[in-house]
Amino acid sequence: MQDIIQQLEKKRAKARLGGGKKRIEKQHAKGKLTARERVELFLDDDSFEEWDMFVEHRCVDFGMEDNKIPGDGVVIGYGTVNGRLIFVFSQDFTVFGGSLSETHAKKICKIMEQAMKAGAPVVGLADSGGARIQEGVASLGGYADVFQQNVLASGVIPQISVIMGPSAGGAVYSPAITDFIFMVRDSSYMFVTGPDVVKTVTHETVTAEELGGASTHSSKSGVCHAAFDNDVETLLMTRRFVSYLPPNNREKPPVWPTSDPAKRAEPSLDTIIPDDPAKPYDMKEVVHKLADEGSFFEIQSEYAKNIIVGFIRMEGSTVGVIANQPMVLAGCLDINSSTKSARFVRFCDAFNIPLLTLIDVPGFMPGTSQEYGGIIKHGAKLLYAYAEATVPKVTLITRKAYGGAYDVMSSKHLRGDVNYAWPSAEIAVMGPKGAVEIIFRSDIGNADAIAERTEEYRKKFANPFIAGARGYIDDVIMPRNTRSRICRSLNMLREKKLENPWRKHGNIPL
Amino acid sequence: MFDKILIANRGEIACRVIKTAQKMGIKTVAVYSDADKEALHVQMADEAVHIGPAPSAESYLIADKILAACKKTGAQAVHPGYGFLSENSGFSESLAKEGIAFIGPGKKAIESMGDKITSKKIAAKAGVNTVPGYTGIIKDAEHAVEISREIGYPVMLKASAGGGGKGMRVVGNDDECRDGFLRATNEAKSSFGDDRVFAEKFVQEPRHIEIQVLADSHGNTVYLGERECSIQRRHQKVIEEAPSPFLDEETRRSMGEQSVALAKAVDYQSAGTVEFIVDAERNFYFLEMNTRLQVEHPVTEFVTGLDLVELMIRVAAGEKLPMTQADVKLTGWALEARVYAEDPFRNFMPSIGRLHKYSPPKESESVRVDTGIKEGGEVSMYYDPMIAKLITYGKDRQTAIDTMGNALDNYYIRGVSHNISFLNALIAHPRFGRGELTTNFIAEEYPDGFSAADVPQNDPSLAVSIAAIINCAQMGRATKLSGQLKSHERVVGDDWVVVIDDVYNPVNVVRKEGGYTVIQSDDVYDISTNWRIGESLIHANVGGRDITMQIDNDGPAYKLFHRGAEVRALTLTPRAAELNRFMIKKVPPDLSKFLLSPMPGLLVKLEVSVGDEVKAGEELAVVEAMKMENSLRATEDSVVSKVLAEQGETLAVDQPILEFE
Repeated sequence: MQDIIQQLEKKRAKARLGGGKKRIEKQHAKGKLTARERVELFLDDDSFEEWDMFVEHRCVDFGMEDNKIPGDGVVIGYGTVNGRLIFVFSQDFTVFGGSLSETHAKKICKIMEQAMKAGAPVVGLADSGGARIQEGVASLGGYADVFQQNVLASGVIPQISVIMGPSAGGAVYSPAITDFIFMVRDSSYMFVTGPDVVKTVTHETVTAEELGGASTHSSKSGVCHAAFDNDVETLLMTRRFVSYLPPNNREKPPVWPTSDPAKRAEPSLDTIIPDDPAKPYDMKEVVHKLADEGSFFEIQSEYAKNIIVGFIRMEGSTVGVIANQPMVLAGCLDINSSTKSARFVRFCDAFNIPLLTLIDVPGFMPGTSQEYGGIIKHGAKLLYAYAEATVPKVTLITRKAYGGAYDVMSSKHLRGDVNYAWPSAEIAVMGPKGAVEIIFRSDIGNADAIAERTEEYRKKFANPFIAGARGYIDDVIMPRNTRSRICRSLNMLREKKLENPWRKHGNIPL
Repeated sequence: MFDKILIANRGEIACRVIKTAQKMGIKTVAVYSDADKEALHVQMADEAVHIGPAPSAESYLIADKILAACKKTGAQAVHPGYGFLSENSGFSESLAKEGIAFIGPGKKAIESMGDKITSKKIAAKAGVNTVPGYTGIIKDAEHAVEISREIGYPVMLKASAGGGGKGMRVVGNDDECRDGFLRATNEAKSSFGDDRVFAEKFVQEPRHIEIQVLADSHGNTVYLGERECSIQRRHQKVIEEAPSPFLDEETRRSMGEQSVALAKAVDYQSAGTVEFIVDAERNFYFLEMNTRLQVEHPVTEFVTGLDLVELMIRVAAGEKLPMTQADVKLTGWALEARVYAEDPFRNFMPSIGRLHKYSPPKESESVRVDTGIKEGGEVSMYYDPMIAKLITYGKDRQTAIDTMGNALDNYYIRGVSHNISFLNALIAHPRFGRGELTTNFIAEEYPDGFSAADVPQNDPSLAVSIAAIINCAQMGRATKLSGQLKSHERVVGDDWVVVIDDVYNPVNVVRKEGGYTVIQSDDVYDISTNWRIGESLIHANVGGRDITMQIDNDGPAYKLFHRGAEVRALTLTPRAAELNRFMIKKVPPDLSKFLLSPMPGLLVKLEVSVGDEVKAGEELAVVEAMKMENSLRATEDSVVSKVLAEQGETLAVDQPILEFE
């Protein structure tokens, strides 16, 4: 017995060393932490229980039979973040470059299956050179097993990928399926084919950072949902992030106490809408002033900035915010902003997170690049997402709600629960000038007549009253009281029940 | 006494006058332009009259509109504030024609003192010391050289109609003199439509000290002590105080008496200010007389206990001054800091926009805030970017400085750039503390501009303690998150490490009734505070000392602002701190290789593309912000290596537009 315990300690010590001291030092020299250090930082102190520490690969080719490291390049297990259950896998770059073998993949699948059964989020910390080439198709099969598990878990438990090193080739598709991808600036990258292949095939010269670094994926591709400066800050922010999420699709988001009063008035919101309808203002100010403690966890802040999405808390409970940003492209809906917000709406809906939509949208973005790019089908995604959502939907029109974009953005017609408008709201088919030029086409060229008609149109439609008369707007509220009204609405909707008809799954336009 | 007065001004001074009028039981009328519809002075006044579009030349500067507003509302008198129509004798005359009183001096005083050359002649005649110089009009560059040699270099060339530093040149030799003359005349012509220039001796180590005078229409004139306004940036006053740390009783009396003599010489009535330049030997020379209420009048009000606006109104109503010179006593010390919407880190570029967050310090017997704006208000491009004047009072200079430091810590402004940190660093500067002021103070002490990171923290342990307790509150709340595993709830330790500027400060922090106990190495700090998560200001008593810090979130860390210093504090568990040492410090990119957007705005024009050679001074891009086009030019010869923004793109402040090789 004593002997066994001694052996066990020895085995554990060996496993904990991963790829050995030298490789650990190399990892540190790059400013990167090891797989276990990352898990340790991410989870509450001493809460990690590691599984499959002694698993080894089964490859017998290319001398691999003599080269085995316990754990096989990935650390799995569970623990807590703020006392709440979280499953985690963390790839170990010091072991075979974190490459994915059959057993490595099995370990990941095991933790995901367990997470689904237990109903708790799974967080993957990726740092892997790619497939274990020595294993050939067994490794490829491993990837596919993980993908399958990702898909089954999608919408059941939250899945978060934190890219903390390379993630290339097939490896990118597991994170791609998960709900959120966070990246570490300057030390992580993701791409389907690396710079060398790119050079051979397309003759483009590009660095790994330019091709798939955090800044590329944050601002250009939108693949990355949030980027942070280094391993430590990334893991601390991921801890903060999971505190917003419910553990699974059957439970409500977590709550904590706040001393920020639900009835806090914000008089300064009374003056945020400029007199000039063409003048922008910063919608983020509205978000911050409505949120508990002014705190907002923004998602994809650098991508499609004409729409703002992210999480706030109201009365201590998570709310997903979608808001048009008049500061960028006048807040128009275009392809990127539609897909960005559609996915966010669907995440919230899948996980019982109420939606707060703040609207100032002059319409969909016109132009050939948008039409050729398929704004029709991409815009439809957002429409689909809102129409499908059964979570509480509270909506506020701050200024413009024009045309099809009005319909799409959580309108009453798409089962909006509470639709508010500020007195500055203008709900119409289009802006007064454009409308007049169509209705009174014969007056074009007569500037005075157009101006007069425009004024007439503005008086008639550039207000919330017509929509109010039809019940499309439930109430017109004073900006200063908005937080109080929304908090109350969300409370009223806390036990909302609404189900969509049974189906295998809908067919969202992709 | 009047029943109703109109205030022909906006912003803080309009609000300030309204307050006194209300105290006196006088009804008030405000005037406003399109840009000021929602402004505080409009809300404070009993009535408000719209007087036109936003540009002041089409509203606040049009005498007829003010006159019409008076007639419409039945206002019996007009207080002009400062600026705008305050020193316009035509305006006061047309008021007089309508039988409306002008709360200010008479035509003679305004006209004679309004012209730099005339005013000097009158001053000299009245026995006031004047700077050696040539008060005649300089004919041409050669004439300028001749005169300058006579006076002796360095010489200052000044526009006769000038002010605010425009049309002014200091020249040290003949060549500079010729060039300076041409530039000064050009500037004078374009700024004031008057190219007359005169010359005077340039005083070295100069201090700006001014005397407040007050006169009634019965021939009584008193002086109310001095104000020192030496802390200036490009001839704009930044910090003023009363009394001056430099004057002795003798000099004060002599300056005061000369000022009274000058006031009498021009039949002065109302409040006025005689500005002097004072050299290192306490020789003082007349600069000019301002025939209006000065921006910095509150410091005088604090040390004299008088309400200057009330006295101006009473004098305008024909009352006698309620005091004689013997009654005037200066007690204590007062300081004024001008809070500007400008970016001290970007060469003090004016900042405009909406005040997302605005909370001034609480007013008290020793703190006064004169402001015309509130949260959600707008700093408009059309007017002066001054947000407020912060005035503090104490029994002595150091007390007034300490109170100012604390009041600035409590001044929370977000949405526009502001100079709070700069002001706080200025008054905390040892040289300022010693009172060794000259008008070159800022230029000498901050030759390369201002950077908050350079401001020494007077007590680094303070930021560590505050960061530790903010973290403790956050972690304490996190333990209350719902959905925790039973019997495996989060336990938060007491030991933490606060990382600031690569310094790892181990702390032990424990919550106690009404606050925290923080231990740093061997020092125990008892901290009481009722700060709640989410509040931007933390007020705390640390070991018996009351402090306030401003807190901004920055990812997992906090930015803390105190006494002009700014730090980023990251609080970690001891283990995380250990691992944090492996993190590679990111070197900020070499920004000199980039063209950055100086403000949020629209990139309306991009003149260059990749590979273009650019010459210093060449226009590269145009950014439109608030309907104003800002031309961005190359600072040196270079080649464009990357274009990082597209024409038509909305830019954030500091967003890179171009990269150079």
